[in-house]
Amino acid sequence: MSTEPVRKAGDSREHPMAPYLRMDRMPHIWCPTCGIGTVVKCYAQALENTRADLDKTAIVSGIGCTGRVAGYMKLDAFHTTHGRAIPFATGLKLGRPELRVTVFSGDGDLSGIGGNHFIHAARRNMDLLVILVNNFIYAMTGGQNAPTTPTTAKSSTMPYGNFEPPFSLPHLAASCGATYVARWTCLHIRRLTKAFEEGLQRKGFRFIEVVAPCSTLYARLNRLGSGLNLMQFYHDKAEIRHGADTRELDIGYQDKIVCGRFVDEPKPTFLERKDAHYAKILGDTYVPMPFEGGWIHE
Amino acid sequence: MKTDPSGVLTGTHYLDGDFACGEGAMAAGCRFVAGYPITPSTEVVERISRRFPFMGGTFIQMEDELASMAAVVGAAWTGTKSMTVTSGPGFSLMMENIGLAAMMETPCVVVNVQRGGPSTGLPTMVGQADMMQARWGSHGDYEPIAICPQSPQEAFDFTVDAFNLSELYRVPVFVMLDECVGHMTEKVVIPPAEGIEIIPRKLTAKRPEEFQPYELDGNGMPEFARAGDGYRFHTTGLTHDHRGYPDMSAACQELCVRRLVEKIRRNAERIVRYEEEGVEGAEVVLVAYGITARVARMAIAMARERGIKVGFLRLIIVWPFPERRIRELASEVKAFVVPEINYGQVVLEVERCAAGKASTHLVPHGGGGVHDPEVICEMIVRAAK
Repeated sequence: MSTEPVRKAGDSREHPMAPYLRMDRMPHIWCPTCGIGTVVKCYAQALENTRADLDKTAIVSGIGCTGRVAGYMKLDAFHTTHGRAIPFATGLKLGRPELRVTVFSGDGDLSGIGGNHFIHAARRNMDLLVILVNNFIYAMTGGQNAPTTPTTAKSSTMPYGNFEPPFSLPHLAASCGATYVARWTCLHIRRLTKAFEEGLQRKGFRFIEVVAPCSTLYARLNRLGSGLNLMQFYHDKAEIRHGADTRELDIGYQDKIVCGRFVDEPKPTFLERKDAHYAKILGDTYVPMPFEGGWIHE
Repeated sequence: MKTDPSGVLTGTHYLDGDFACGEGAMAAGCRFVAGYPITPSTEVVERISRRFPFMGGTFIQMEDELASMAAVVGAAWTGTKSMTVTSGPGFSLMMENIGLAAMMETPCVVVNVQRGGPSTGLPTMVGQADMMQARWGSHGDYEPIAICPQSPQEAFDFTVDAFNLSELYRVPVFVMLDECVGHMTEKVVIPPAEGIEIIPRKLTAKRPEEFQPYELDGNGMPEFARAGDGYRFHTTGLTHDHRGYPDMSAACQELCVRRLVEKIRRNAERIVRYEEEGVEGAEVVLVAYGITARVARMAIAMARERGIKVGFLRLIIVWPFPERRIRELASEVKAFVVPEINYGQVVLEVERCAAGKASTHLVPHGGGGVHDPEVICEMIVRAAK
């Protein structure tokens, strides 16, 4: 992999998102027409628009195509094990409560192998922004069936079509207690950026699903054309319904994709509950974890 | 440096090994513990969860052991000293993220109160059959450190040592308790905070633009930056270069793995710890660790009564293994006798280092109890012939 930035000699313009990215790692590994880069751009834009304190913002990814996002963000960035981005991020948040922690990973990583952590972090209202890029498939390993693959869609391990029902992830997150739940496609750049801004500014377990094209595997296995065709499909089939009942957000094969902000309801976070509870029970004897971390010896 | 007094319960106590281990962690400055309940280790986190609210610590009971270990690695990257506690089945589940800790060079402590296995085995009864898992359990090449207490006092002392070793070498360190020591209640003396020496994390003094997370200092170790200090560094479980960037090449793999292995192997003589008694002029040397070391003392006394010259080598730090000492002894003695509550684990290392110069005799025990000293004594007698 080349580490040379892709830029013609004499071109001194900096990419507008350069301050947020590890430009020394460009070009990235994602395929042409992959949606992940667009989602990263929206996230970086949201960091800029919200004037996020980048020194106090950490990002954690698991494994897979979207799992590579942490590696490209110029933040304290952790590329961890498959499925364990959420508990790793939980440790970061609890080890240094002043950190603002984003989990950025894929559908297989967060809802398949990491599904247990997802529901428990939502239940605890752990203070994490969880961005899940859903490309309907395990892409990095070659297009195998995922817990998000629409019924009847083909995958490399369901070559005759998927007969399992998929998760409706916003419904899962909402029913486990998430305080902010939204879904967009990576065609909705403006709205997605706004959702990330909202997600960055709120507290608690915030979940944003982003439906994104994988033309290399999902579209090829299902003969859906190129990334452009998928974007056209999102354009035709995405339906914006803010506040929609999360029970009605299932994604059928080549069927409508309901987008919007479904939940936006602040609740006390894990740490807020912990501090309030112990202060009530133990009074002045309670010593909360310092914002900057536990007994750090310089 | 001296430890934070808020975690030190100075005084003379009557504690079981699990409680003493928890006290050791708090005395060492541990302020983050993630765990999942598993017998016979639960008393460690019960103790910690009761005392943490008074010293700024956070205990979280995670949804499983995979999450516990992942959270510990995450918290360790904030600079907060972090630990998890488990037993055999949970230890198995932690293995992948123990590998992540090794690969990212994360200082952290994992306590395993060993019970009988395999699988669910004997949840409430003793075993020592996770020793090789501690050595080799996660995939790939890395070198861990494992320490074996034989009493509640040592459960306290060695847990402090485990934190210090993890800081020095930036590896996960295993406190390999066993159910007997974990549930045995004895006198534990906790010194004043001024008497507890702590090795602080080596935080970098470099400016963010100069810092690389895996660039080595003069001692061949990387410096540490805490998440949230403005370094905006990257680390990964992938094979990585000095910048913490993935590099999928055999050349980088060679550098990366060699260093993970060499940082312990090169320092093995400094890390190894054992106690000896009566090895001078011995015909047979008994090698044991943990609870079995205490049982073996009686067997040694019995054998000596029968006129056999038997010495005792108690392993304190089992990994890295005291290879040099076993090699030396092998050319001086007739035989090694190795009782352990498993069907042959540490004995394989003794045999390897003895390299045929002395015979090696395992005294196995399947678990659920400790050896009958008589049986160990019989083996000493046979080995001396």
